[in-house]
Amino acid sequence: MSQNVEKLEGFEGPGFLATSLDKAVGLARKNSLWPLPFATSCCGIEFMATMASTYDLGRFGAERLSFSPRQADLLMVMGTISKKMGPVLRQVYEQMAEPKWVLAVGACATTGGIFDTYSVLQGIDRIIPVDVYVPGCPPRPEQILDGVLKIQELVQNESRRRRESPEYLELLASYGIE
Amino acid sequence: MSNITAELAIEKLNNQFGDQIISSEMLYDFLTVTVAKKSVKDVIKFLHDDAELNCHFLTTMCGLHFPDQSEQFGMMYQLHNMVANFRIRIKTFTADAEPVFETLTDIWPSANWMEREAFDFFGFRFHGHPKLKRILNMDSLEGWPLRKEFPLEDPFRADKDDKMFGR
Repeated sequence: MSQNVEKLEGFEGPGFLATSLDKAVGLARKNSLWPLPFATSCCGIEFMATMASTYDLGRFGAERLSFSPRQADLLMVMGTISKKMGPVLRQVYEQMAEPKWVLAVGACATTGGIFDTYSVLQGIDRIIPVDVYVPGCPPRPEQILDGVLKIQELVQNESRRRRESPEYLELLASYGIE
Repeated sequence: MSNITAELAIEKLNNQFGDQIISSEMLYDFLTVTVAKKSVKDVIKFLHDDAELNCHFLTTMCGLHFPDQSEQFGMMYQLHNMVANFRIRIKTFTADAEPVFETLTDIWPSANWMEREAFDFFGFRFHGHPKLKRILNMDSLEGWPLRKEFPLEDPFRADKDDKMFGR
């Protein structure tokens, strides 16, 4: 993992480094994401490969999957979400503590994919905000890793105050959350 | 172990129900009998109770919709006698736009969910069903998805237009 952790900018001397809280927290959060896998179909199978030894998401500090939304930072939605499942997904999202990020993996979670039908949600961004979309049907593990790396970039560079900002509250309000 | 032939089953049904048995045929080696709607439960009960036919198992049932027929809605039932390996399919049709069928839950409790499915997708009511409500679709869905006039595509999808997708 140490290969991925670049040196922080700041004032450096022998045995110490002074930097901003934002940067230190961003670095810590980025390299200790706890993903919640919400796997409903074939993208979930690709995710299993992503977690297994060949691709190993653990190399990026996301070793520990959380199956409780209350302890998760990253909601990974992988697979077709039917409209009946929609409220469940939304409840899972609402139960996650801030700060939280959402990764939509695959065509179905992103747009509904081939399931242009009355019973399938046409993209999870109709009910919850999404940070990164991974295209593919299903995407290969490399693509899922790339999506997680994009999330890490967002996590590292996010301002400490973003979650209290009016823009963020407005975004949540547009989804009818809180 | 008895050996039930299709001829025997049809003969028994004709003797018992006469003109209520509208037609019978072999479809891909599967005996299929079309029955008048008001007698369909009696026919099924007879098949279930008759000691020789002994159709003790309800394999499946589902709704039917053929918009080109005058009697456009219907139900299909498949029964099985596992002892004699005898199977029979019962069909019934109705011209009623809001069909009500008799429930089979008093004969087979397993009919409960299948009748809910027929209600969910076709809007058929089942007289005597203990808890007729949607089973697979979300409760807020309006309409009956497996009726042929129901539009299958999601009506709220904005990224597909007529030019590209022939809507």
